[in-house]
Amino acid sequence: MSHYPREPIPVKFWTPGVYLLCGIAAAGLLAALYRLVFGLQASTNLTDRFPWGIWIAYDVEGRVALSAGGFTMAALTHVFNRHKYEPIVRSALLVALLGYSCAVVGLLMDLGRYYNAWHPAMPWMWQGNSVLFEVGMCVMAYLTVLYLEFSPMFIERFAGRVNLPGPLARLNRVSNAFLATGGGFVTKIMFLILILGVVLSCMHQSALGSLILVAPYKTNPLWWTPVLPGLFLLSAIAVGFPMVIFEQLYAAWSFNRKPPMDLLGSLAKLGALFLGLYALAKISDFTIRGAMDHFFPLSLASVMLSVEVFAGVLVPLGMLVFRRVRQSPALLLTACSLIIAGIILNRLNVFLIAYRPPYMTKAYFPSLVEILVSLGLTATLILAYRAAVTIFPVLTKQESAKPAAALEASHAK
Amino acid sequence: MAAVTGGVAAAGGFASSSMPAHASDTATGVPANQVGVLVDTTKCIGCRKCEYACARANRPNGVSIEAYKDMSVFDTPRRMTHDALTVVNRFANPAKPAEPIYVKSQCMHCLRPNCVSACIVGALHKKSNGTVSYDASKCIGCRYCMLACPFEVPAYEYGNVLTPMVRKCTFCYETYQSRGEPPACVQMCPPNCLTFAPRGDLIELAHAKIEADPDAYHPHVYGETEAGGTSWLYLTSRPAEDLGLLEIPARPLPRLTENLQHSIFKYGIPPMLLYGLLAVAMKVSEAEEKTEPSKAPHE
Repeated sequence: MSHYPREPIPVKFWTPGVYLLCGIAAAGLLAALYRLVFGLQASTNLTDRFPWGIWIAYDVEGRVALSAGGFTMAALTHVFNRHKYEPIVRSALLVALLGYSCAVVGLLMDLGRYYNAWHPAMPWMWQGNSVLFEVGMCVMAYLTVLYLEFSPMFIERFAGRVNLPGPLARLNRVSNAFLATGGGFVTKIMFLILILGVVLSCMHQSALGSLILVAPYKTNPLWWTPVLPGLFLLSAIAVGFPMVIFEQLYAAWSFNRKPPMDLLGSLAKLGALFLGLYALAKISDFTIRGAMDHFFPLSLASVMLSVEVFAGVLVPLGMLVFRRVRQSPALLLTACSLIIAGIILNRLNVFLIAYRPPYMTKAYFPSLVEILVSLGLTATLILAYRAAVTIFPVLTKQESAKPAAALEASHAK
Repeated sequence: MAAVTGGVAAAGGFASSSMPAHASDTATGVPANQVGVLVDTTKCIGCRKCEYACARANRPNGVSIEAYKDMSVFDTPRRMTHDALTVVNRFANPAKPAEPIYVKSQCMHCLRPNCVSACIVGALHKKSNGTVSYDASKCIGCRYCMLACPFEVPAYEYGNVLTPMVRKCTFCYETYQSRGEPPACVQMCPPNCLTFAPRGDLIELAHAKIEADPDAYHPHVYGETEAGGTSWLYLTSRPAEDLGLLEIPARPLPRLTENLQHSIFKYGIPPMLLYGLLAVAMKVSEAEEKTEPSKAPHE
């Protein structure tokens, strides 16, 4: 299905920004080791009152929502056959794949018995009543789907070109044959995999909202509503398109490429449509439930809700209505950043601010180790993206040979 | 009282009767041999012997009674921790300021436990006598049970680096109940403010006590309906919510999410339906594209 020639792009990997990201990633790795060696008590601010912190609220809930760009773009391009988006679909897929992988790492950090993480997959421990079970199973299945969806890029890169070092070289032929047949098979069933990915995403994106439904008396009614699963799914779709636009603009800036503004402009329209639907659903639900009664007197919760809704939904929605915003890289980036921040804030609000255990004596605030692990994962994600686009044919060939020429010049030195 | 003593014997019989899980009162979903404990807080003297008995039963290596003679702990409200599975708190008694009210707390062993419904691997499950039991070997340590518990009971061994457990009252299922004996705290309680018996008998007893002495008791048996009913029941002189007991509506908590889960995923039909719809959309849009070749980016 590749009508657009793509290639591993020649990028100078080491830049000052990359050094900074490596530093953050290294700090995150150290923090993760600290958690593994000294345990949750020493490394986190989790308590019996607040069993869930930012590793769940941000690294799992936030990251999975932001990774929705993978399934929304797959649905748009391959299920609804809008092939004009093909130049950006692989990038969206890569970001989703890295996002989910980081979410799994964050989750493992949080689990008290991370070495038992495989238990939910064993039929004799299945627990169909559990919302978390559904989330776990769907995420595991979808991660597999993502790797399958990504496999054509791996195959394109290596099929017929396997060149293992030293004594492993005798495996070259068999590896090539495996990649060729495996690739052929995956291509044949790809349409089934693509649809499966969309179904699994709809299931777990909504179930991530159902998670808090089990605690109706401990959750602030400003957020707690039985339709939360629907709001989570809708907001994941709404943040999916802005996230893809953000990636594209960021990659264009970082790799000195021309952003495909015509495509991003029409994606922004779609993003605005779903963001509008989300705003409508959230505000109607809020009004119908009479949740306004809980808004006053002003509290941290009502302020956080206002920021989430105004800065994260209504302002960017208002911006995206204008054609001028959708066609200006800077303004579009601003609007999309606001939407992304708004959805992250929503997830943090639901799981950290709205959750108010009745016997609470002290509020939860993440520890340094918790923050470093979260930041480290984000830095790792960006570095992995940068590495992946130089190795795999993710981005399209661009005629403007300016950056490549500059790079060759720097290599020649 | 004779009925209740007889009840203890009957309750003790659960271990020998291999009652299948479905042998329950179908109208309420309560196991037929569901036991319970009635806490008469008007009798509690705040001696902390139940805390001592609990620690001895659940932390067998080295528990000194001396630690439990310290009554200054009542100065600040306490909650259960990973090594104190029951705690007693003191509350003011406006009617008789010289006689404060003491309230023991521990896992309520809900009839429809939300933690069991939430647990991702079935590490928490309900035994046929009503005990909500924990199997650490299955646990992955996600702590979703702690989020789900409306009474905010389960505690976690955050300090245990490799094999942390969720800790809460075990109802002494393995240690005493399996031998037909009441839980450790009930056995130890000096003023007999704890009564262990089949739950049905306890409800009758509680209402009889209220009727016999309406001045001494607030006319509500806490736990009879809360969260769909609990194994532990409380009689209080003041409204329960003034004594640190949470106001929890009668609706069993798992109902909402379980109904949601089961209707969305009934036999996997809705996901398959979505799959089918998307497949149709794929075919239709493909056909549309072929009729408008100018729009397609193909060669």
